[in-house]
Formats: sequence, C-alpha cells, structure tokens
Amino acid sequence: MTVETIADASAAAPELRGVHTLSMAKAINAGLREAMRNDPKVLLMGEDIGPLGGVFRVTEGLVAEFGERRVLDSPLAESGIVGTAIGMAMRGYRPVLEIQFDGFIFPAFDQITTQLARMNLRHDGGMPMPVVIRVPYGGHIGSIEHHQESPEAYFAHTPGLRVVSPSSPHDAYWMIQEAIASNDPVLFFEPKSRYWPKGPVDHDHAGLPLHASRVVRRGDDVTVVGHGAMIATLLQAADIAAEEGRSLEVVDLRSISPIDFGPIVDSVQRTGRLIVAQEAYGFVSVGSEIAATVAERAFYSLEAPVLRVSSFDTPFPPAALETEYLPSADRVLEAVDRSLSY
Amino acid sequence: MAAPSRDFTAPTVQLLTPEGDLRPTPEAEEYLPLVEALPDAALEQFYRDMVISRRVDVTGANLQRQGQLALWVPSHGQEAAQVGSARAARPQDHIFPSYREHIVGMIRGLDPVAILKLFRGATLGGWTPEENGNFHLYTLVLASQTLHATGYAMGLQFDGATATGDPEADAAVLVYYGDGSTSQGDANEALVFASSYNTPQVFFVQNNQWAISVPVSRQSRSPLSLRGGGFGMPGIRVDGNDVLASYAVTRRALEEARAGEGPSFIEAVTYRMGAHTTADDPTKYRTDDEVAYWTARDPIVRFRTWLEGRGASAEYFDRVDEEAADVAAGVRTRALDVTAPPRSDIFAHVYAESHPLVEAQAAWLEEYENSFEGDQA
Repeated sequence: MTVETIADASAAAPELRGVHTLSMAKAINAGLREAMRNDPKVLLMGEDIGPLGGVFRVTEGLVAEFGERRVLDSPLAESGIVGTAIGMAMRGYRPVLEIQFDGFIFPAFDQITTQLARMNLRHDGGMPMPVVIRVPYGGHIGSIEHHQESPEAYFAHTPGLRVVSPSSPHDAYWMIQEAIASNDPVLFFEPKSRYWPKGPVDHDHAGLPLHASRVVRRGDDVTVVGHGAMIATLLQAADIAAEEGRSLEVVDLRSISPIDFGPIVDSVQRTGRLIVAQEAYGFVSVGSEIAATVAERAFYSLEAPVLRVSSFDTPFPPAALETEYLPSADRVLEAVDRSLSY
Repeated sequence: MAAPSRDFTAPTVQLLTPEGDLRPTPEAEEYLPLVEALPDAALEQFYRDMVISRRVDVTGANLQRQGQLALWVPSHGQEAAQVGSARAARPQDHIFPSYREHIVGMIRGLDPVAILKLFRGATLGGWTPEENGNFHLYTLVLASQTLHATGYAMGLQFDGATATGDPEADAAVLVYYGDGSTSQGDANEALVFASSYNTPQVFFVQNNQWAISVPVSRQSRSPLSLRGGGFGMPGIRVDGNDVLASYAVTRRALEEARAGEGPSFIEAVTYRMGAHTTADDPTKYRTDDEVAYWTARDPIVRFRTWLEGRGASAEYFDRVDEEAADVAAGVRTRALDVTAPPRSDIFAHVYAESHPLVEAQAAWLEEYENSFEGDQA
C-alpha cells in the first residue's frame, strides 16, 4: 500500500479541545500533529518514524496524515539527520528530528555542538536554527546497553542550545509545540519510562512557558528538585515522607538550559534545605550546577549542604542491576534524612 | 606487509593539455561543444578571475606573515578548479564552500575583505549569504558543510525551486571540500542522503594531493571519483588545473541537478602549491621534484598560453595584471582597517530569543569593564 492510499484511508484526526487523558507518547504525538497542522514548514525526520511510527510509536499516523514529504524516514545516520536538518532550517524549514535512543545521539554530537548551536551566532543573528531534536532518554525500561542513558548535561553545557524535558503528558503536549515554535535549537528529552502512564492533558490551556520551572507539590521541610522521570520518583518519596510527618516540596525543572532558578531559590528560602535528584551521572551534572547556583543565591537560607542524588559515576549497568543503580524514592529519602540531620 | 598490488584507474576529463593545446582526452570530447560555445568575453573572465585570485592569495599570505592575520589558507595552484566550477553556477544556485574558495566567493560578489576579517579574528562568520550570491559561510570543521548543502538541496526540492524545467529559476547546490575531507563520516553520509533523496546537488572535491602533511593515498587507495558510483551517482574525474574542463564538467553536472536528474560527484585533480595554512611547512613532507612537476602544470600559465594562441594581446594580459594588483592593494588597505568588534558581540546572537544566563553575563561584563573607566587616565 502506498503512502497516498494510507492517507486516503485515514480520516484526519479531529482537532483536540478540552481535557483528555493521554499517555505522554500520545500527547507528544498530538502536539506534533498540532504543530504540523499550524505550520507547513514543520517537518519530521528520523529513523523508522514513517509507517512504523517510531520505535516508541510517538509519530504513529503522522505520515498518513502529512505524507512522506513532511515525515521523512531517513537513512540510518544520526550526523546526517542533524546535518541535513541544518540545511533545511537555512531554507526556512522547522525540522523536528527523532534520535531513536539516547545512547545513539553521539554520532550527531559534532553537528549539534559545532554547527547547529553556533549557526545563528556565526551569521550575526541572520540564520536562526529552529530545529528540535527529540531524544527518548533514561532508564527503568530494562533494555540493553546504550538504550537507557541520560546525556542531557552534555547539551546543557553547550551555548546556543536549549534543553528541556517534560515530566507529564500535559507538559509534553505543550512543550513540544513551544519547542517547535522556538527560533533556537531545542534538545527535547523525553523520559521514556513515562511514555505510557496516562494523565490529563488540557488542550486549551498551556500553563507555563517553555523554560519555567514549577512547584508540583507544596512542602515545608525540604526542597527536592528534578526533571523528567525523576519527578515521579520525587512525588513517590514525598508521599512516603508525608506518612513519616515530613513535608517535601517538589520542583520540576522542566527546562535544563536555561534553568529557571526563581522557584527553586524561593523554595529553598522557605525550607532551608535542598536535594537535587537526577538519573544522570552526578559528576559535572545538572545537579552540580543547581547546587552551585543555590549556594551563590541562597547561602544564608541554607540550613544544610545541598545534596545530590544521582546514578553512580559508572556506565549504565546491565539492566538486571538498574534498580540498584538508578536513584529511587528510598535513596531520595536517605538524602532527606541526611539533610535534616544538620 | 605490503598491500597487494591492485590497479585502480579512472579516466580524466582534460581539454587543455599542460602545454596549453586544446586537445581533449576521449572522456572530454563530449564537453567540447560547451566550451566552444563560450564567447571570448567569458574566456577572458576566466583568466582575469584566476589572476586576481592569485594576487589576493599572495596578499593574504603576506598579511599573515606581517602579523596582520592569525592565519591564511592559500589557494595558489587551485585557481582553475575554483574559477571553472564557480563560473559554471547560475545566480540562483547556492554554494557551500570549505575554507579555501576565496575566488569562488569573489565571483559570487563577496568582498574578499570579509574573508580576511575572519582570519583576522574579527568575526566568526563575515558575510550574509543572501547578499553575496548565495555564497554560504566558510566551515572549519571538515565536511560539516556537505550535510548542510544536502539538507539545503532537499529544501529546494520541498519548495519546488528546482526541476520545474525553467533554467532561469531552477536552482542547484554546489558544495566544495577537499581530499582530506572525503574521509570524514559527514562527507559519506552526505553522499548517502543526496543519493537517497536525489538532491539537486554537485559535490566538488578539490583533490590537491595533500591534507596538511598526509598524501591523498592515505585517504583513498583508488581515485576519489570512483566514490560517486558507489553511492549511486556519476563520479567524474577532471583535470582541476584545466579551467575549461573544470567549467564544463561542473556546468553539465549542475544542469543535470537542476533538471531533477540527481546529484553528481566531481573530483578535480589539482595541487596545493603553497602550504596548507601559513602555520604549515610543506618542505618537511614533499619533494622539490613533486613541486616542479606541478609547477609545470600551472593552471594560469596553461590557459594564458592557449589564449595567446587564440590571439589575445599582450596589452590584455598587462591590463589584467594591473587590475589584479589594484584589487589586491585595495584588499590589503581595507583589511588593515578591520578592527575588533564591540564586546557585546560575545553575547549577541548566541540565541535568537531571550536567554537569561547570557543576558545576565553580558550585563555583568559591561558593568565590570565600566568599573575600570578612569583607572588608566
């Protein structure tokens, strides 16, 4: 069956209004569809994103609605995907790229860091690069090597890039559209362990701008900060802590570059204690940056040292060991105990 | 262990012999009508371009030696490959250079001072492509631009800006790189994408025999032109010191690209007479005999001999020399006037949209620098 006949056979999905319960994978799919309907310059490119809909089915049905010209199954070459997208962006397109798995982004590292991130600067502002790179990332899915990594800090360390990661279907739906609308390149890290749990998506009200962090649970004793899949773990830790009479305030970063420090510093000024949790390695990490900045901005509010809860500074282990490797609610609570002991 | 002896050859398109005779090789016969159709004015333009290229190149190298440029990338010896290919492009075509194609930029309308500005440390870019004949910025990470060119060519297809049958409007992309760059992954991925999407594109490789100090034999056991076929596109080997042949093969390949027939790969065999950059010392890795061999194949001397045989006057050649000297002197004067950009350039345009960290740092530096005002008085 040709793509044309698939398109003929599939009635376009109705416009989404109101509040629906969706998985994050479906929410991103809906966000991509919305962006493609609103702007003919938006196109998708990646490996297996056409008839298959991507290995996580995030682009399912999009080639049927928009055709092969706007949903490109690319050759199997990540540098090629990013490098050609730069050329398309020069031509006025807004490419949204899918890197199949976190651990496979590195062949494109050069194009992302030395070309994509600097193109507008090199052109004195005359060559914006509205390119979104979607990256399913993180552990908890029991997969093989290179399929469970958290490489976001490499990109947050690169000037010229924006780096975001939603933690809920609602944010995913809106943030993917805001990332596509941005005139800067955006690394869009999708926490793949959160692709399937469902949550409410309000299709009429976005809420916060792309780079705003958000307090997702109010608390008084300790501030805990994270992003992506870590938010589910932090909320779980907050539930357990509450049973023990301790109140955790949970802040969802949402954006890793730039980081919206306002809500974090405000929270620390009330609680006096901060724990930063992340699936990534702790050494030279997003958590390190937050610890340093909070020390600079809220030194006199701190009752205890800022603590980090991270994966270990070792490659992601065989999946049979991942529950011991990844930060859990218990590991977060162990840090809470340490923080409160000061 | 010595590698087994295998014979790889590829025929070379050559119209002008090194002695300056118009005697096409068998592969070049089909291109003869293209060259015969060229008016005298076009031929004189080729010569003028090559002479100006060489003079500006010497100016750049001298400025570097005098400490006025951080670096210069000489193009001496590669004038025919660059002029022939650039003159084959139409105004609507887009050109993605490496970093040695100074005369290509000038042919597209670029003031060479913009290039010197880059090598003088005053900019990371230097010019606006759409205001300079669609001549894109130099790319210093080898072969990165091959993918940008391919993506751009895909964009031309999406826009219907090519293969409509209108030769005045249909556009193509011409991308330059060198023999060393052909080993990069990006150069190979670009060929895969170009072939797969049948892009309107010409890959123009100047094989100048040396990647800094490493000979082309380390990049490839077989003629580079054979790579085209492996990726599913024509691979053409041309004498890159023959401006007529370089023009003809590029023109044909660009016409095919604009007509929707797909990409081509051209290997222009030439020689980097000078150093890789002014930081290089070629006497450490190549012989006088080799340089003498290529000196005898000088692209400008060859073409001049042929033009003389056709009756071009001594006065014409003198006039071109004079003009080239004037251009070079003007470039030199204006290059010396290039000053450091304002410090706000550190921060401006890192992002297209507001970014709190960069803005805070820009404000901090301004305040910090201003705090010293009066200290030196």
